[in-house]
Amino acid sequence: MFRSHILVCGGTGCTSGNSMKVYDALVDRVQKAGLENEVHVTKTGCFGLCAYGPIMIVYPEGAFYSQVKVEDVDEIFNEHIVKGRIVTRLLYKETVGEDGSIKALNDTNFYKKQHRVALRNCGVINPEKIEEYIAYDGYEALGKVLTEMTPQDVIDVILKSGLRGRGGAGFPTGRKWQFAKNSVGNKKYVCCNADEGDPGAFMDRSILEGDPHAVIEAMAIAAYAIGSDQGYIYVRAEYPIAVQRLTIAIKQAREYGLLGKNIFGTKFNFDLDIRLGAGAFVCGEETALMTSIEGHRGEPRPRPPFPAIKGLFGKPTILNNVETYANIPQIILKGADWFASMGTEKSRGTKVFALGGKIHNTGLVEIPMGTTMREIIYDIGGGCPNGKKFKAAQTGGPSGGCIPAHLIDTPIDYDNLIKIGSMMGSGGLIVMDEDNCMVDIAKFFLEFTVDESCGKCTACRIGTKRLYEMLCKVTDGTATMEDLDKMEELCYYIKENSLCGLGQTAPNPVLSTMHYFRDEYEAHVRDKRCPAGVCKKLLRYQIVADKCKGCTLCARNCPVGAITGTVKEPHVIDPNKCIKCGVCMEKCRFGAVIKA
Amino acid sequence: MAKKIDVPFNGTKEQEEKLRAELAQLKKRGDNGLMIAALQKAQDIYGYLPEAVQQIIADELGVSLAEVYGVATFYAQFSLYPKGRYKIGVCLGTACYVKGSGDVYRKICDTLKIEGGQCTDDLKFSLDATRCIGCCGLAPVMTVNDDVYGKVSAEEVEGILAKYTD
Repeated sequence: MFRSHILVCGGTGCTSGNSMKVYDALVDRVQKAGLENEVHVTKTGCFGLCAYGPIMIVYPEGAFYSQVKVEDVDEIFNEHIVKGRIVTRLLYKETVGEDGSIKALNDTNFYKKQHRVALRNCGVINPEKIEEYIAYDGYEALGKVLTEMTPQDVIDVILKSGLRGRGGAGFPTGRKWQFAKNSVGNKKYVCCNADEGDPGAFMDRSILEGDPHAVIEAMAIAAYAIGSDQGYIYVRAEYPIAVQRLTIAIKQAREYGLLGKNIFGTKFNFDLDIRLGAGAFVCGEETALMTSIEGHRGEPRPRPPFPAIKGLFGKPTILNNVETYANIPQIILKGADWFASMGTEKSRGTKVFALGGKIHNTGLVEIPMGTTMREIIYDIGGGCPNGKKFKAAQTGGPSGGCIPAHLIDTPIDYDNLIKIGSMMGSGGLIVMDEDNCMVDIAKFFLEFTVDESCGKCTACRIGTKRLYEMLCKVTDGTATMEDLDKMEELCYYIKENSLCGLGQTAPNPVLSTMHYFRDEYEAHVRDKRCPAGVCKKLLRYQIVADKCKGCTLCARNCPVGAITGTVKEPHVIDPNKCIKCGVCMEKCRFGAVIKA
Repeated sequence: MAKKIDVPFNGTKEQEEKLRAELAQLKKRGDNGLMIAALQKAQDIYGYLPEAVQQIIADELGVSLAEVYGVATFYAQFSLYPKGRYKIGVCLGTACYVKGSGDVYRKICDTLKIEGGQCTDDLKFSLDATRCIGCCGLAPVMTVNDDVYGKVSAEEVEGILAKYTD
């Protein structure tokens, strides 16, 4: 028995903030003090509150330390672990009550409205120890399935639960499995899409890093349901920690006989391999992903035939994403009704979102479907920093759209998001405030799709490029109102004439921003003005005469000599010479240089 | 398009032996779809994928050089050009972008006088725009080899680069 457990976050966010050095230092202090049998130090998956990383939590007190540095380790060890005095200055402020007592993490604003199903073990167990997963009911669902249920029973439960794919389009998982089960073949495959490529999305990575066994168990269950004996996890090579933990987890599962031959003493055989993606966004599309596993250029194939009929290596295949799988074991254990009791009528269960951008509590949140955007952004996320005004939230990455401030009370589910011109996507949720230019954001996503278009379809390859150029004209102030109409027409053309999801959804960011922020587009075109002050070509730097002390600092730093004036007199910027580098604004100590 | 740098291929015999051994290992698995794994191994060994290396892979796997080249150029992970001793990555994922990583990126381009995907003439620094590296809490983020710099501003760029002296 340990008297104290120290859980240090080992997710990518905290690791980038040096949490592993904190972990090593703690282990070192514990060993030097000879407390190995009393104090247990563990690294876990992501806690979710990445904005305050590196994070650690000490039980039994439940002290939640945030932004811990290596230099803080001595204090935490000497004061808290040795003497039992909590280091209040390092506690996450929300967990400290007015009287100085510690509040439970689940009572803080960030965690209160969350409901963790897919993330239930993240930040709780050590993902590199199968024993810890098993202690939390791990592999019990697989055991139940293999010994008590027929494959059709399994599919019926998943169908009844109403689980829909968490990777983007939201296709009912049970139906996918049913197609693959019904499909005749001597060999079938189960694949996991862990090629999370949406910029700003890191849900799947956190699950793989924090609870890899849940995915392995779910894939084995899926294999049993459709009659497969081989699975592949296609994971981005850019996720080294996730790959490493998956590799360890697969090895442990094999040692425990949970992968391999005659699992749980039954006739069921199943094994798994990892395939590393090599950085192509289009490989998140199911047919492209399979082509890539086969070792080719990851170009999509036409559907039909659907993968459930003819997928990987031409065999019936199911492909689900990481988060979808992470729900499966609990649906089996707790029942379809339990799962269906959460969420909205057509979108059951919970959804994980990666909150990012202009928001206080950057991080990972899991909420029941039907939660409103307002609750996510203000109650959980803490609103925009620096008192800025919320402008829009972007969901669905490069395939999605913007949700403007006036729709902030929309309950989030698959159908509502489609209705307002966005989509669920894999769950990236980027918050934008008044300082973000919506045309610039649309341009940013288009640049991404231009880069990532595989080039197979003309409409996508050339269409997105032309669309991007038109957006550049808008941000440069050279577009006409006619161009805006042409852009819209081109958007629909690309949507209708592309083979795969990438091209079909690529124009969404443009259509959605044009729909909700038409005035911003028109300001760029008609008034040659960027209301948010982002688009460089339309910017003009000015010196406010009242604030300028005439210190000459700006004039001395201007690389093109565009600033003139005499000492101790207000200076002036010559707009014809100015190259808008912004150095003057950076250098000015009086805030006298402004963007106009 | 990356600036073409004329670096003569100077792979060693040991590297080639290592690559051939790795490829033999892969082939032993008797699995389909080896190409991407083969290229990943090769890039681990050489740091990039010059034509001579692609030719070895083509010979060993029994496919044409064109097919190897096709796969190597499709995926962002593979580079046909050498990288700098210090690989700079600037995250241009959405979360970093809305917090100003675009300015950081341009500042690095201006300072080193290279574009993304390129390498300085002395092979010291190379710059790449990366996709989300997943620590959005630290946005905007840049990396130099394994060092992660969070909440970076354009003004800090020169100071960070100056830390890498040799």
